[in-house]
Amino acid sequence: MTELRHRGATENELQHQPSEDKGSDTEGRPDGASDSETKADTGVPDVPVPPDDTPEVLNKALSGLSSRWRNWWVRGILTLAMISFFFFIIYLGPIMLMMIVMCVQIKCFQEIITIGYSVYHSYHLPWFRTLSWYFLLCVNYFFYGETVTDYFFTLVQREMPLRILSKYHRFISFALYLTGFCMFVLSLVKKHYRLQFYMFGWTHVTLLIVVTQSHLIIHNLFEGMIWFIVPISCVICNDIMAYMFGFFFGRTPLIKLSPKKTWEGFIGGFFATVVFGILLAYVMAGYSYFVCPVEFNNDSNRFTVDCEPSELFQLQDYTLPAVLESITGWSTVRLYPFQIHTIALSTFASVIGPFGGFFASGFKRAFKIKDFANTIPGHGGIMDRFDCQYLMATFVNVYIASFIRGPNPSKVIQQLLALRLDQQLHIFNSMKTHLTEKGLLPATEEVA
Amino acid sequence: MTELRKRGGGGDPDSTENISDKETDGEDKLGLGAEGEGEGEVEGEGDSKADTPDVPPSVDNTPECLNKALEGLSSRWKNWWVRGILSLTMISGFFLIIYLGPIMLILVVMSVQIKCFHEIITIGYRVYHSYELPWFRTLSWYFLVCVNYFFYGETVADYFGALVQREEPLQFLVRYHRFISFALYLAGFCMFVLSLVKKHYRLQFYMFAWTHVTLLIVVTQSHLVIQNLFEGMIWFIVPISIVICNDIMAYLFGFFFGRTPLIKLSPKKTWEGFIGGFFSTVFFGFIFAYLLSQYQYFVCPVEYSNERGRFTSLECEPSELFVMQEYTLPAMVQNILRWRTVNLYPFQIHSIFLSSFASLIGPFGGFFASGFKRAFKIKDFADTIPGHGGIMDRFDCQYLMATFTHVYIASFIRGPNPSKVLQQLLVLQPEQQLSIFNTLRNHLREKGMLPPAVLEAQ
Repeated sequence: MTELRHRGATENELQHQPSEDKGSDTEGRPDGASDSETKADTGVPDVPVPPDDTPEVLNKALSGLSSRWRNWWVRGILTLAMISFFFFIIYLGPIMLMMIVMCVQIKCFQEIITIGYSVYHSYHLPWFRTLSWYFLLCVNYFFYGETVTDYFFTLVQREMPLRILSKYHRFISFALYLTGFCMFVLSLVKKHYRLQFYMFGWTHVTLLIVVTQSHLIIHNLFEGMIWFIVPISCVICNDIMAYMFGFFFGRTPLIKLSPKKTWEGFIGGFFATVVFGILLAYVMAGYSYFVCPVEFNNDSNRFTVDCEPSELFQLQDYTLPAVLESITGWSTVRLYPFQIHTIALSTFASVIGPFGGFFASGFKRAFKIKDFANTIPGHGGIMDRFDCQYLMATFVNVYIASFIRGPNPSKVIQQLLALRLDQQLHIFNSMKTHLTEKGLLPATEEVA
Repeated sequence: MTELRKRGGGGDPDSTENISDKETDGEDKLGLGAEGEGEGEVEGEGDSKADTPDVPPSVDNTPECLNKALEGLSSRWKNWWVRGILSLTMISGFFLIIYLGPIMLILVVMSVQIKCFHEIITIGYRVYHSYELPWFRTLSWYFLVCVNYFFYGETVADYFGALVQREEPLQFLVRYHRFISFALYLAGFCMFVLSLVKKHYRLQFYMFAWTHVTLLIVVTQSHLVIQNLFEGMIWFIVPISIVICNDIMAYLFGFFFGRTPLIKLSPKKTWEGFIGGFFSTVFFGFIFAYLLSQYQYFVCPVEYSNERGRFTSLECEPSELFVMQEYTLPAMVQNILRWRTVNLYPFQIHSIFLSSFASLIGPFGGFFASGFKRAFKIKDFADTIPGHGGIMDRFDCQYLMATFTHVYIASFIRGPNPSKVLQQLLVLQPEQQLSIFNTLRNHLREKGMLPPAVLEAQ
């Protein structure tokens, strides 16, 4: 496409924009630096510059400082505000967390779709916004329905309408999706085919990224709130620590895509995050509020986190290898097994997580936008804060599925009861043999 | 994008005269041409705008022998004959591979999937001039391999439980399957990020998205087709045949009786063809289901038989779906036909639903592909099959059908797979197994499958 040939010149301009010493491309001046330098491309769609949105109170308080320190303060204050908010919603419990995850998902979807619209001037195709939101609703309905069916099996069995919805859930979701698909085909307008197909593709890729990941986060949450809190905290910690190390010691650039990142920041952030992860895991593993799977209690009709902590969260003695023994002078150390797992999670967050950030940086450069949106002053949009989290959520889910837990017992019961009776009998006999061998059942003379 | 603003105003006069009476519409201004001609048409006239990518015209690829045999006929009839002969060839090929058995079918599905993926990716490359980014082709194929590995691994783990339990390395691969697949995908993702080149960011992101959407469409559907196949070959053959029949019948009805256009997107389609195709497809599906339901080869689930050491669908007790039953006709129909009851396979009732879907909703898949071809100004997806275009051209209606069949089976026909449930049970913790055992025992007692509790010490 021709605009690309023009862009080669303007990329240099972007690199040399006057800003912080490390050549940060994402945090310019807080007063909404305009993209006017890049207007040399005739073909490049002009994404409207978000206006400076810092609340007035902050502006007044910081009016005395220079521009660079002011930006630091804005970011710092907002960071603290976000972290406090995070603790607050943890306190409120799992349901609140689920709702927050859903709101974040909707906001991220809206941000990315809005960028698509600006890039493709799609505003005058009225059907398109309706269709995009409709697809979001369909996919969410499908995923939430599967989750509800899996985890709240007894609740679902009790209520008649829920039972029907759950039995034919896939069919209903598919029918809803098909309706959207047919509406899309019928809405194709002669002069705008390519635009419409692009937006269709854009919507689906966004759904794939945003919605599936948010549901993986909720699955992790149901395993136990610690599986939700620790990964997110590790990513946040890695962000902050890499930034600090880079700020104080940074010298060697890491990747051309993000000139702000340095190797010193990367490695320092890695070690700091591993240590932080171990400590945080130690602190949290002691409380059953964090450690227990979220369950729906039939009698009280609410969610409870009340259980016998699994062996992952019980202190055990580990013998240190000889090398560490000589250094620290201890022969054994008491750890939660979960802390060993957090080393793996922290390593992933520091080493692979940043690739999610690079992907988002590349995306922003490709579409020549500074930030995804301007929701959070000094930080950009919600997507800017969550871009590294996505890979992390998927990794944690895959990790849990592979190394920690087996299948969900209530889901297995549900599948069992859906089988034909002769199949159930067959499984019953196999289980009986198996359990008797294991010594869990005394031998009986029951006739099958 | 800017080229669109130009496109509205810059329509070229119709330059490609189409001799056949197939698609002629306003869009011909852009030199799109219909799919009628056997000879390749040059699209040069349509490219007055600088940025419209120039898709190279497809070369006429009809085998020489056919050309010689049909020399004498006029261009329109020649095209008819080419299409007709190729249709018969494809249908015979279909019967041949059905005869060869389930494994052959799986291999054919996989080849079709790879070819469709290749066709769509090639179009993407042409549209975006991506040929000079060498990593991209490697990455696209790598992602295809990853996603296929993930899906096939899940299928193998589900259906070949016995085989997997035997071999040690397979057991390891199955247990950590999701983790391995995710790691492979991540490696591709990181390679993509590292391969971003300064001047070509947008292009690379487009190709990344194009690859993923293609994978979503092509690979998931082909796996749904294979899962349908494992239910019983009839669930594979009947839906595909119904879609083919609908295509052919709608075309014939449209050819002989067609008058009212159906949708602006495909001017060739008519309401007469649509409705005539619907009724004839329902009828055909009904008869065809009756024919196939009698044979165990088609009706039995495909299983890995330990004794024979391979896949068979030859030994089973046909489920009640494939056992003749008597149905009482409603009073109205009784008066007409003067029969009180009729012997039908229950599967034939299901085939009515499948046929309805294939005739009513299936064509939307075709409209989607037509819109796609017009959006990217291509005549056909590729030129693999003379007279018909590429593999995607033949399979565009099948995709929605495969998903629908799968969802239909999952919702209305079968329950979960018993061996999979047992496998999950054995992985649980012993206390959980015990509690499930007790729940199951109480349930079976209630249903009367087990004698009431007398002897247990539990």
